[in-house]
Amino acid sequence: MGPPLWLLAELTYKCPLQCPYCSNPVDYTAIGRELDSDEWLRVLREARALGATQLGFSGGEPLLRRDLETLVAEARGLGYYSNLITSGVGMDDARVAALREAGLDHIQVSFQASSAELNDWLAGTASFAHKLEMARAVKRHGYPMVLCFVIHRENIEQVESMLELAAQLEADYVELATTQYYGWAWVNRGALMPTREQLVAAEQATNRFREQHASARMKIYYVVPDYAEDRPKPCMNGWGSLFAVVTPDGLALPCHAARQLPGIEFPNVREHDMAHIWRDSDGFNRFRGFDWMQEPCRSCDEKEKDFGGCRCQAWMLTGDAAATDPVCGKSPRHELVDEQLLRAADVLEQPLLFRNPKNARRLSGAPGEDG
Amino acid sequence: MSAALQMADRPALAPGYRFQWEAAQQAHVLLYPEGMVTLSGSAGEILKRCDGERSVEQICVDLEIAFPGADLRGDVLEFIADARDRGWLRVDG
Repeated sequence: MGPPLWLLAELTYKCPLQCPYCSNPVDYTAIGRELDSDEWLRVLREARALGATQLGFSGGEPLLRRDLETLVAEARGLGYYSNLITSGVGMDDARVAALREAGLDHIQVSFQASSAELNDWLAGTASFAHKLEMARAVKRHGYPMVLCFVIHRENIEQVESMLELAAQLEADYVELATTQYYGWAWVNRGALMPTREQLVAAEQATNRFREQHASARMKIYYVVPDYAEDRPKPCMNGWGSLFAVVTPDGLALPCHAARQLPGIEFPNVREHDMAHIWRDSDGFNRFRGFDWMQEPCRSCDEKEKDFGGCRCQAWMLTGDAAATDPVCGKSPRHELVDEQLLRAADVLEQPLLFRNPKNARRLSGAPGEDG
Repeated sequence: MSAALQMADRPALAPGYRFQWEAAQQAHVLLYPEGMVTLSGSAGEILKRCDGERSVEQICVDLEIAFPGADLRGDVLEFIADARDRGWLRVDG
């Protein structure tokens, strides 16, 4: 068993944005008290002692945590390479400077679209102009400018103008990440899933841009949607292989979406240390290695390449978290993915449900505080 | 990208890269945004000396003193040129 090289610290589920493709749990308002600073500091130390090197600060919007600079400084002192994954909302020039001073290594700013109108509609808040300003601020403070656009049916036709915007901002990296259907994105998948025609056009637009700007220094990452593939993604590079997430309320998970899986009691950092969690907990051992696999994975010669795909996707589509990810062409339930794509082709008029406390309570039927 | 390396060049880690010893892996590593390379012993010894102060010539001499008897000049030059082409090192004359 290797170390948990990647630790993702989801500091809060609170967020000023309301993106309908958010990967946070749909019932986020019902989830308990956030870890305090001391608890986070302990988690950082314990994971570092296990050999964690990459640290992501995410959320929700991690800038909402007033102790972010404290956590960043500790991370730097411990020898982590720390990454901030942010919408840019809650940031200003002084805060970028403070984070830099504290030792933050890297910032990724997300955009919802390339036009203010669509960006602000999808985000549920007038944030586009501020995001432009923050992208520039990041660069001004000596960081590479790294932009991320999450792509779905409502904005996929802007792919070319997203790349143009990034080039105009002199971005160093731009990531076009097709929506993965977890959390709110799963609820909204009927409205978010691009059609095959849209996907082909977007890929062509990306390639065209690459050819026209072959000498440009900006690097483009186009993350293809796995629903349109014939083999599953090597999700998390294998369950409990190198990735651990700690949620705002202290749950330790082998992936962002795992808390929805039934019948697994995931450990909480309030009750166990990271060494126990990583090595001994049922949650991290459940799908570790290959012994849990069913056919066709068990005897498949590609199992060491894709680890059977994504456990959450298997659960959401087939109702069995130990099944072969139905994205795989070898899965006996592969038709379930085709059904999802066919639904997208119908372009059902499904209204988008924005991620906010009101909709969270409506969907989960649970009481909760505003967040 | 692949201009010939000069002995007077002074290689330094590129911005955004961090070089450190990892006890858990018993190896030097190179950290960068969302990634890590675990370095071999010899790669670690070379990168350790790429501090922007020492020239390629000085790095070679340093290594020859640290590891006497080894004929390593060719490998060192090849590694530094390769690390530069991968974007790990920035080379200023």
